[in-house]
Amino acid sequence: MSATTQAAPAHPPEREGHHIVPLWIYFLVFAVLLLLTYVTVWVSHHDLGSPEILPDVRVHLNVIVAMLIAITKATLVVLFFMHVKYSPRLVQIVVGSSVIWLIILIGVTVSDYFSRGWLGNPGT
Amino acid sequence: MSAVASHAPSQDAPPRGLAHHFRDLDQQQSAATLGMWLFIAQEVMFFGGLFLAYTIYRSEYNDVFTIASHHLNVQMGAINTAVLICSSLTMAIAVHAAALGHRQQIVLFLILTILLGGVFLGVKVVEYKEKFDHHLVPGPHFSGHELKLEGDRERHAQIYYSLYFAMTGLHALHMIIGVPIILWIAWRAWRGEFSAAYNAPVELVGLYWHFVDIIWIFLFPLLYLIS
Amino acid sequence: MSERNNYLTNGYGVRSWLLTVDHKRIAILYLVSITLMFFIGAAFAACLRLELATPQGDVFQPETYNKIFTMHGVFMVFFFLIPSIPAVLGNFLIPIMIGAKDLAFPKLNLLSWYLYIFGAAFTLYAMVSGGLDTGWTFYTPYSTAYSNTAVISTGLGIFIAGFSSILTGLNFIVTIHKMRAPGLTWFRLPLFVWAHYATSIIQVLGTPVIAVTVLMVAVERMLHLGFFDPALGGDPILFQHMFWFYSHPAVYIMILPAMGVISELVTAMTRKRVFGYEFIAASSLTIAVVGFLVWGHHMFVSGQSTYAGFVFSALSYLVAIPSAIKVFNWVATLYKGSVSWDAPMLYTIGFIGLFTIGGLTGLFCAALGLDLHIHDTYFIVAHFHYIMVGGSIMAYLGGMHFWWPKITGRMYPEWWARVSAAVIFIGFNLTFFPQFILGYLGMPRRYHAYPDEFQVLNVLSSAGASILGIGYLIPMFYFAWSMRYGPKAAPNPWKAKGLEWGIASPPPTENFESQPIVTEEAYAYAEPASKPAGGGGHGTPVPA
Repeated sequence: MSATTQAAPAHPPEREGHHIVPLWIYFLVFAVLLLLTYVTVWVSHHDLGSPEILPDVRVHLNVIVAMLIAITKATLVVLFFMHVKYSPRLVQIVVGSSVIWLIILIGVTVSDYFSRGWLGNPGT
Repeated sequence: MSAVASHAPSQDAPPRGLAHHFRDLDQQQSAATLGMWLFIAQEVMFFGGLFLAYTIYRSEYNDVFTIASHHLNVQMGAINTAVLICSSLTMAIAVHAAALGHRQQIVLFLILTILLGGVFLGVKVVEYKEKFDHHLVPGPHFSGHELKLEGDRERHAQIYYSLYFAMTGLHALHMIIGVPIILWIAWRAWRGEFSAAYNAPVELVGLYWHFVDIIWIFLFPLLYLIS
Repeated sequence: MSERNNYLTNGYGVRSWLLTVDHKRIAILYLVSITLMFFIGAAFAACLRLELATPQGDVFQPETYNKIFTMHGVFMVFFFLIPSIPAVLGNFLIPIMIGAKDLAFPKLNLLSWYLYIFGAAFTLYAMVSGGLDTGWTFYTPYSTAYSNTAVISTGLGIFIAGFSSILTGLNFIVTIHKMRAPGLTWFRLPLFVWAHYATSIIQVLGTPVIAVTVLMVAVERMLHLGFFDPALGGDPILFQHMFWFYSHPAVYIMILPAMGVISELVTAMTRKRVFGYEFIAASSLTIAVVGFLVWGHHMFVSGQSTYAGFVFSALSYLVAIPSAIKVFNWVATLYKGSVSWDAPMLYTIGFIGLFTIGGLTGLFCAALGLDLHIHDTYFIVAHFHYIMVGGSIMAYLGGMHFWWPKITGRMYPEWWARVSAAVIFIGFNLTFFPQFILGYLGMPRRYHAYPDEFQVLNVLSSAGASILGIGYLIPMFYFAWSMRYGPKAAPNPWKAKGLEWGIASPPPTENFESQPIVTEEAYAYAEPASKPAGGGGHGTPVPA
């Protein structure tokens, strides 16, 4: 079966979760992904500094920017290439949950290391 | 509240590809998609353990990690990133074609995806060989000589390279598993098994492949771009 | 009941079983395998209690003793407790309880069983090739750098079995979302289904972390890497974080399905609607989520930050609340119910009492200051055995008795079942209650020898273990006997509500002759003086 492509392309009737993403969106996302890749490499060649936001707490801006770019790229892939923007709520919940659980794993573990010395004996 | 039975006895044969325990293709496809997303969720947690280890050790041994990272080839990493992004595009187009039932397009773009995946793996082989030649593969032959590190700092560098090989290796393994699966789906597409009504296998393999791309989107800056 | 074709008679021969995709047959495959694993783990426990009957280490070498408690833990945790209720009762019942023909992915279900077997095979190989002595917790750097035992093969066995668990969880979640019968809204689901849904979330999100951790341990061991070895720059506390991130939620994998069973039993055996249905359902989900936030309570003395210990302790108190809500609701269901004293009810009441003791002692363990003293003592051992054995295993046995007529089409002998329930209850308490006292007095766990003054309590515990062992063996005999000689069971011998009781015992392969439509709430037991026609199921099967 082949659909004829004319001025108004004939799509099969849309069912829940079966939205057909137009091709131009894919190309646009593709271009943005390549652009962001270039940007992240470019930024890595420049030291953005490490301001001290709290006593004894430095943030290395390069890491933050690199991660923000990566998160943006991943989000674009998830929403458009993987159709999550057009997916049922349940799928979106599954995606959100895996992100949250990853954050729990990394965040809570890191907070142990981060809070060493806050209470109790030095070094613990 | 009562309802009529949901079986329609007027159908002659079940639609092609419908499994016996599902009511209709819609239920089957939505179940399959949900199943694949749950699989991806567990993959996120699987890689997540390594990302956690990376986070802890990078903050602990930041300067050694920086030195070690500089010995990775950023150009190759960037090229690989671009290659995988291209392969995600070709895969997305293949899934699009499947939803429209364009048989030849499905096959073409799945094959393109495989070829791009092959390019990625080829570059990785080159990179790994380079590491091997410079004694940067963790294990009995590891040496910090190339990095001008010794003692404790050499051991920390070995942790960096252990994470490098573990993370990129696990990622590459997922690609190596993915490529034959895509090939199989491409073959099924070529045989005309898919249509606008039934194309879940293509969509599912697409989800898997995009996930593999996303992992690399994070690996690249974390491993290659430590500045 | 006429000899109609049912799932047991639908195909004979090894191939029809080993290549089945019928969820009921797969449940039986699991039943056989996990029973075997249980007895292997129990044999190790028997060896432990034998050694501990005397203060000296006079039965086994100390290194052997280390292997015994390790293998006891590995087999019981990974190959019995985690799969048991979901893989046997869950697999069998969930499609039927929701009015479906099978799980969403029948072939994946069979794959899950093969992965379990494969993992078990690796672990059995590890056992016969010298065993493992690190404790089931694999702490580094001993497991990665110093132990000379079968770390990698056991780890691989656990890794493979872990994927069995993940795929089962995935299958259940999709099934429950997508394959419910018409009219079966979420709040009409049996609580058994809610419990397994919550368990499946844990299986999918938690198990991969231990999988990758075990992989890292294996790789570190093979290549002398430094992920977790301080001598090489690694961090053993990181291992513990990663290990317990899964292994704490794992205990909820072990107890939530049991709670689901108890919810079913308490309502059926009192012929009364369960009290607080929504609370019990919500508490299952709450336990699943909050259970992921408390793992550091296993690490209070590990070197983790005191601040983190304080937060983990507070959260651990929080996670006790939904469990307590369940207990309150079950007791409220029992109140003024028409209590029958059949074996399933005996196991239910046993569960409620023993799980409460286990749960309350869990609060002792969760108290940061107290745990500094009781960590790694027999108090902890007693606490978790009250939950795992007094809780999970009692619920598993209760469920097996309750659904035995449905699964096999035969009734078990009630008198023998009551006797063994009583023997198990007595044996269990005699085994494990003295251990609370021993732990309080300071006896460390994982020790093969102890000071003389602990002997009396240890002898009581070992005596209890013998009685408990007998209690577990008796059902093996009468269940087997019943399959040949037990009276044939009616479709609904308990006159219980639930879709499974509206079909034949044993069920036909396709479960339902026609798609059931659900029109009632769950557990819609009649108030006294009125009785719905039929007496079985809460659906109205519509003829094709």
